Amino acid sequence: MTRIRVIPVLLVQNGGLVKTVKFKKPIYVGDPLNTVKLFNDKEVDEIAVFDISATPNNRPPDFTLIAELAGECFMPLTYGGGITSLEDIRKLFNLGVEKVAINSAAVNDRKLISSAASMFGNQSIVISIDVRINLFGKHRVYSHNGSKNTGYDPVNFAVEMEQSGAGELFINSIDRDGTYMGYDLNLIEKIANAVQVPVIVCGGASSVTDFGKAVLKGASAVAAGSLFVFHGIHKAVLVNFPSQEILKEKLYSIKSF
Amino acid sequence: MIAIVDYGVGNLSSIKNMLKKVGAESIITKDISVIKSARKLILPGIGSFDYCVSKLNESGCKETLISQVCDSKIPVLGICVGLQLMGKSSEEGKLQGLGWIDAACVKFKFPNSDLLKIPHMGWGNVFFRKESKLLLNMYPDPRFYFVHSYHLECEDPGDVLLTAHYGYDFACAIEKENIYGVQFHPEKSHKFGMKLIENFVRL
Repeated sequence: MTRIRVIPVLLVQNGGLVKTVKFKKPIYVGDPLNTVKLFNDKEVDEIAVFDISATPNNRPPDFTLIAELAGECFMPLTYGGGITSLEDIRKLFNLGVEKVAINSAAVNDRKLISSAASMFGNQSIVISIDVRINLFGKHRVYSHNGSKNTGYDPVNFAVEMEQSGAGELFINSIDRDGTYMGYDLNLIEKIANAVQVPVIVCGGASSVTDFGKAVLKGASAVAAGSLFVFHGIHKAVLVNFPSQEILKEKLYSIKSF
Repeated sequence: MIAIVDYGVGNLSSIKNMLKKVGAESIITKDISVIKSARKLILPGIGSFDYCVSKLNESGCKETLISQVCDSKIPVLGICVGLQLMGKSSEEGKLQGLGWIDAACVKFKFPNSDLLKIPHMGWGNVFFRKESKLLLNMYPDPRFYFVHSYHLECEDPGDVLLTAHYGYDFACAIEKENIYGVQFHPEKSHKFGMKLIENFVRL
């Protein structure tokens, strides 16, 4: 039995928690601190909090909020959003964050990645890569919360990020965000085959079965947003997480080492 | 008072948070007089082995730490690289460890390296190798959060408290007299870590 990390992803926008569809139409789903406490009580493996309003507004991380969240997380916490300097990263680790996710800054500032990795250890540096399929059917990396096309091919970009010192890659499919269409398995397979570091997949999960499919394509960990905050066809807000029994039966059993 | 030894590495507030959660007072410090008066010590560690050894050497509190643990027999809990420092050496570096345990740190090696990623990052079940007050009333099916590329190999199997499995079984917790160490992160391991930390506080 191999435990696969299952990671709820929470999106913060202007201090509240939201969930998007294809990175748009944010729906308010609750208070961040309260929601983190609920996930903590459910003993989730890890939690990722992304402040999606930081970079688009040229704003640094909300350190006060993050300190409160870290105080309630008795599991690893990844934070992303608005990180542009080593000082930001140092502050986040001092607050009790385990890993930082860098997205927009990674596009222009490889030095930030390599310096952060050598200073804090690459296991704590996650590069978050948002991917959209363009009109010609090609995968492209987007930054600034999905608003800027960087022109990069995600596989090449992933390899470059690994070489710069990324300890993990968090791959998010913009086209599948909030759609329950399942993960972009083709993309995961290509990236996982190209790098050695763990690949976390996000965007489109509708069930534990989707998690298993991604793991068989090479994902080391699986993440989801809507699946863990909504319930039923009317998408009522309800924090939920699969039980250990279900994970053991349907996920941990698919790969054994 | 529990002293979390601050020799300049790692993320110490998570450990302090967990101690607070179980109702224990703690202080993050490298002050010699505080370390001397502490009832318990926590030795954290993150990053490379040599980096941690050299930071500890430079900290000015290493001798005090050694005398508190080896002469005064104050209980100490090493976490992650803090545990690795308790051994004699590591494949990761050239510097000497504290040598409190007859053990050396080795890198994970797998015959088929494609199957398992290094570092070992994620949750793992642990298996009891002996009785210990540190594991008193532990919840069933205990699991802990790991992030590491190296693990300890003990010369005396009697020092091994817990093992975990990643490719093969390895020692993930040790106990020798007043010396305790865990490779995983109890401060990030929900009720399992909370119970272990609570037990350490109550030793």
